[in-house]
Amino acid sequence: MQSELEQYTFDFHSETAEIVAESHDELKIKLGEFAGPLDLLLYLIRQEQANIFDIPIATITDEYLKYIRLMKRLDISVAADFLVMAATLIEIKSKMLLPRDPLAVEEEEMDDPRRELVDRLLEYEKFKAAAEMLYEKTTIEQAVFPRGKIESDDNNAEVSATVFDLLTVFEKILARHKEEVTMEIHREEISLADMIRSLRDRIFAAGELNIVDFFAELHTRRELVTAFVAVLEIVRTESVKLMQRKTFGDIILKKVQEQSG
Amino acid sequence: MAETQTDAAGTAPAKEPRDVAELSRAVEALIFVADEPISTKLLAEVLEEDRELIVSVVEELVASYEDRSGGLQIREIAGGWQISTRTECHEDVRRLLKTRPSAKLSLASLETLAVIAYKQPVTVPEILEIRGVQSASAIKTLLEKRLIITKGHKETVGRPMQYGTSKEFLIHFGLKDLADLPSIEDFEDIAGSIG
Repeated sequence: MQSELEQYTFDFHSETAEIVAESHDELKIKLGEFAGPLDLLLYLIRQEQANIFDIPIATITDEYLKYIRLMKRLDISVAADFLVMAATLIEIKSKMLLPRDPLAVEEEEMDDPRRELVDRLLEYEKFKAAAEMLYEKTTIEQAVFPRGKIESDDNNAEVSATVFDLLTVFEKILARHKEEVTMEIHREEISLADMIRSLRDRIFAAGELNIVDFFAELHTRRELVTAFVAVLEIVRTESVKLMQRKTFGDIILKKVQEQSG
Repeated sequence: MAETQTDAAGTAPAKEPRDVAELSRAVEALIFVADEPISTKLLAEVLEEDRELIVSVVEELVASYEDRSGGLQIREIAGGWQISTRTECHEDVRRLLKTRPSAKLSLASLETLAVIAYKQPVTVPEILEIRGVQSASAIKTLLEKRLIITKGHKETVGRPMQYGTSKEFLIHFGLKDLADLPSIEDFEDIAGSIG
C-alpha cells in the first residue's frame, strides 16, 4: 500500500483540491486547498458515495489518514486541526468496535458514536453552500459597475475608519515621538477615566475632533497610550464614531447624530 | 448623557410642492451623483419631501429603467439606491476601463465570511466550532478588505472579540440588507442530499 504513494500526481496551483479515486487502492491527489478537515471529510464521503447518515467510518478513516500521511511526506505542514479530526475519527472507529454495554441497552438507545460528527458535517455543509452562494454573488457583482469617480467624491465621502486605521495613525505618532528628546521632570498621572472625560467633553463641545491634533498635544508615551485606550473606549461606548473624510485621510472622532425617526 | 439634539431631519415643510416629474428628475440626479448607495432617508432630507413619496418616485424610476432596458439599472443595495451598469455590458465596460475581475476571496475566507454573515455577532471559537479549522488568517483578510468589522466583546469567559459584517459586505455582494441573504436553512436541502 505504501509504495503507491509515489505514483500520485500533484498540482499545487489548482484552485481547489481534488482527489481522484481511480480505483480503491489507488488515489490520485491534486493538492490544493481544502478549507479544513470537515471539507476533506465531506469530499471523501462523497468519493465513497457513502450515506452521510451512515458513514463507513473504517474506510473513511483510512482514506483520511492516507491523505494526512501524504501531506507529511510532502513536508506540507499539516494543520493541527487536521490531526484533531484524525484523532476524532480514530476514536469513533474504536468506539464502534467495542461491544455495547448490555446493561445500558434498555435505558436509551445507545448513542451512535458518529452522531456528533454527522451533525457537525451537516452544519458545516450549510455554510459551505452559503460560501458558494457568496462566490456566485461576487461573480455577478464583478460584472456590475457604478459610475466612475468624480472630483467631489474625495471631498465629501465620509469613509468609516476602523480600529486598524487608528492603530496605523497611533504607530506613526509614536514613531514621531521617539525622535523628540523630551525631559520628564515630574510625572503627570492622568487616569484613563479623566482622559475619557476630557476627550468626550472636547468631542461633544465641537461635534468632532481630529485625532491627529489630539495626539499631537500629548507628550509622554504614557499619556499617548492612555489617550489611545480612551479613544477605543469612547468609540466602543458608541456615542462617537471614527470617520475619515477620504481614504487615508486624517481620522476624525465624530459625535453620532441621534437618529431621527 | 443628557444631550439636547436639534432635529435636522424634522418636519420642515417644502416651500412649494414639486410635481412628480420634477421630483423624479431630482431623485435620479441625486442617485447618480452619490458615490455610495443613497438611502431613501437622505433623499427625503435633501429634497425636503415625504419619505413615502420618495419611495414611490424611486420605485417608478427603477421600473422605468427596467422598461427601457438600457445599459443602466437602479438597484437597492446596502440600504440605499445605486445606478450601475447592467451585467450584460460587463465585457465592453471592462475593455474600456482595462480592468480585470479583481482577485476573488479564497475558499477559506468565503467560508469564514459565510459563518460570520449568518451567525453574527460571532467569536473566533464559534467560527472554529463550525468550520473545524482555525480561521485567523481568513479573519485578517476579511478585516483588511473591510468586509467584516469588530462588534465589541462577548461578555463571557475571556471576553472574546465578536465579528459581524460591514456595509462594504453588502455593497460587495450586492445585497439590500442582511435579510436579503437566503435563509441558512435553505441550504439544508443541498446539505442533506449527499449519497
